[in-house]
Amino acid sequence: MAFSLQSSVPRVDQVGVEERAAKFTRRSIKNDAKRNGLRMAVAMMDLTTLEGADSPGKVRQLCRKARQPMAARYNCPPCAAVCVYPNQVAQAVAELDGSGIPVASVATGFPSGQYPIKLRLEDVRFAVGEGAREIDMVISRGAFLEGDLARVSDEISAVKESCDQAHLKVIFETGELQTYDNVRLVSQLAIEAGADFIKTSTGKVSPAATLPVTLVLVETVRDHFLATGQRVGVKPAGGIRTAKQALQYLVMVKETAGDDWLTPELFRFGASSLLGDVELQLAKLEDGGYQSADYFSKG
Amino acid sequence: MSDKKLNFGRAFDFAPAPESTPVEMRKEYGLFIDGEFVRPKEGRFFWSINPATGKRLAKIAKADAADVDKAVTSARRAYNKVWGKMDPSERGKYLFRIARLIQEKSRELAILESMDGGKPIKESRDVDLPLVAAHFFYYAGWADKLDYAFPGRRPTPVGVAGQVIPWNFPLLMAAWKIAPALACGNTVVLKPAETTSITAMHLARIFQEAGLPDGVVNIVTGPGETGEALVNHDGIDKLAFTGSTGVGKQIAQSVAGTDKRLTLELGGKAANIVFDDAAIEQAVEGVINGIYFNQGHVCCAGSRLLLQESIHDDFVARLKRRIETLRVGDPLDKNTDVGAINSKEQLGRITELIGSGIDEGAEFHESTCPLPDSGYWCRPSFFTGVTQSHRIAREEIFGPVLSVMSFRTPAEAIERANNTCYGLSAGIWTDKGSKIFAMADQLKAGVIWANTFNKFDPTSPFGGYKESGFGREGGLQGLAPYVRL
Repeated sequence: MAFSLQSSVPRVDQVGVEERAAKFTRRSIKNDAKRNGLRMAVAMMDLTTLEGADSPGKVRQLCRKARQPMAARYNCPPCAAVCVYPNQVAQAVAELDGSGIPVASVATGFPSGQYPIKLRLEDVRFAVGEGAREIDMVISRGAFLEGDLARVSDEISAVKESCDQAHLKVIFETGELQTYDNVRLVSQLAIEAGADFIKTSTGKVSPAATLPVTLVLVETVRDHFLATGQRVGVKPAGGIRTAKQALQYLVMVKETAGDDWLTPELFRFGASSLLGDVELQLAKLEDGGYQSADYFSKG
Repeated sequence: MSDKKLNFGRAFDFAPAPESTPVEMRKEYGLFIDGEFVRPKEGRFFWSINPATGKRLAKIAKADAADVDKAVTSARRAYNKVWGKMDPSERGKYLFRIARLIQEKSRELAILESMDGGKPIKESRDVDLPLVAAHFFYYAGWADKLDYAFPGRRPTPVGVAGQVIPWNFPLLMAAWKIAPALACGNTVVLKPAETTSITAMHLARIFQEAGLPDGVVNIVTGPGETGEALVNHDGIDKLAFTGSTGVGKQIAQSVAGTDKRLTLELGGKAANIVFDDAAIEQAVEGVINGIYFNQGHVCCAGSRLLLQESIHDDFVARLKRRIETLRVGDPLDKNTDVGAINSKEQLGRITELIGSGIDEGAEFHESTCPLPDSGYWCRPSFFTGVTQSHRIAREEIFGPVLSVMSFRTPAEAIERANNTCYGLSAGIWTDKGSKIFAMADQLKAGVIWANTFNKFDPTSPFGGYKESGFGREGGLQGLAPYVRL
């Protein structure tokens, strides 16, 4: 299968990358740094609900939460986006009207991608037609693991075309690709095929996002920028539940790709339960003590 | 190209995170002889300086020949009467107790180590102290199993060990020396480095708390003359020295013709060899860790970087970016990556060698980070365009300064790596296992790391080839210098 990428794909040493990632967790983030970091994390959050049981009520609540996560005195910014299944897009768009917060929709046969490409593209066009401004697609992991890189690349390009103006996030499901070498390869492939964002996981497979996997993604977008001048975003998703974890990701981004990536345009958290802990911590910084989780509305 | 620059600015600045655990620093530290803290006979003291501020920390006793004699006599008495004939399993119990006490007090010891020596608290807390405890635990386990370490032999202790240690890892070097000596039934007179004596005296207090019999470990502080008095003392059966090659040679000369046993762990100029098939990003991290760990005050530091020609420019660009993200400053800030240079003298030596590199035509690259106003500081830096004949490629700098060279073939890499009077350590970076073994076979170095660097473990022997010394510390091999077979 002759398929070649424009840029070379460096190897990744498992021990080395995990060791490096662990070092980011040793940073001590206190006071103003913590405050800034937590607010940044909220502003980068794709507040997500992806359940079979999602109801209009739940979507409405999520959208309210995204507009104003906390009481005004905490100065907490709105979330970056709300992420739902295609069926909920129209309602979410209506709920977020006037807020400037975009609706992201998973598509392309999320989470498995095990559907004919025709249906997957139709999925994308439907979501975009409903008003989704961001599309989170899944790649065909089977094709990638088979070595059919051309197919994976072609599919991403086709989805990108169907996205029209919508931003495309490409989900790899790194838990299924397993090796860091695969993660680096698929990252480069997705970037060259037109991804606006590269994203670790669906949240439906364990392990989902980890610090070392996300580090490989961030290194790839950084190297791509240095080679071409083009900036691509990164989105870890799934498994990030605590404010502390979120801060560790931000430390990693800061020290790997630099300040330019510390913006919702280039870094997002895909999370459903992270916001609660971030609120708890922000309130603690302002009020001086921890409050019961019952004092915060659920997302 | 300027639009393709990464911006490591202040978007998410870390607030200062100073270590806040209170420590008890005494104003004055005496000598530790025969289980007690005593004043030096002549009553002379000198100051230990905090290298991060240049200010005085505490007064340290200056031991002269009479004090050293007292310490050796006390060690001899303890050896003859108690420690040498103690049941080995009992000796092991003392060592286990010491190890546990070190663990309990590790936070306090880490802070003192950073205050006195300038190393970042992150390293003293996460590297030095855990290894110190691990060394005592490891050798505690050997104490009653020496017959299995040397099958078919009857290992017996050597007697009184004189041990002289350096300032780069004050407590860790004390542990490397003391733990195996005691496990094998020897008693010890330890001489810490002039600039870093404080934690050794706190270790002495741990020995007291552990109930270690009087005189089993004696600690004499002072400048080089104190060490000389110890080295030349007739009552010493075994000498162990870690430090510079120059002093090591003098010691070797002075014990020649005596029946003192000697092990030396001296300088190094390690080659870190990176092939084009290496995992580049992890190799960059390894090189950074290899040279900037502990401000480069590491005898096995990867101070020569040999890059395969095809990746040279890319790798250098990555290094340049990476050193910008190293945080240099207050050793007690938990976010500091690179601390203070240990002493004014050492900073002078580093500065002089950097000057020689520039004079000899190598290209100098240093981090643009700000440095504190007072104290002894040196920005992380490296030279490109270095040749084998540059002083910065031949002499040990013992600071955060890396010399970068290139090679084309594995044979050339070997030739360059081995073209040094040292041979302590080396690093190989390649994704190809067979290449690792082929290279390791030909490198003349005591420790060779593959796809990692500066990894230490009490179970692993450490020591050099050529002018990097002889004898091994750590592991099973580390017992051999302390037993008669």
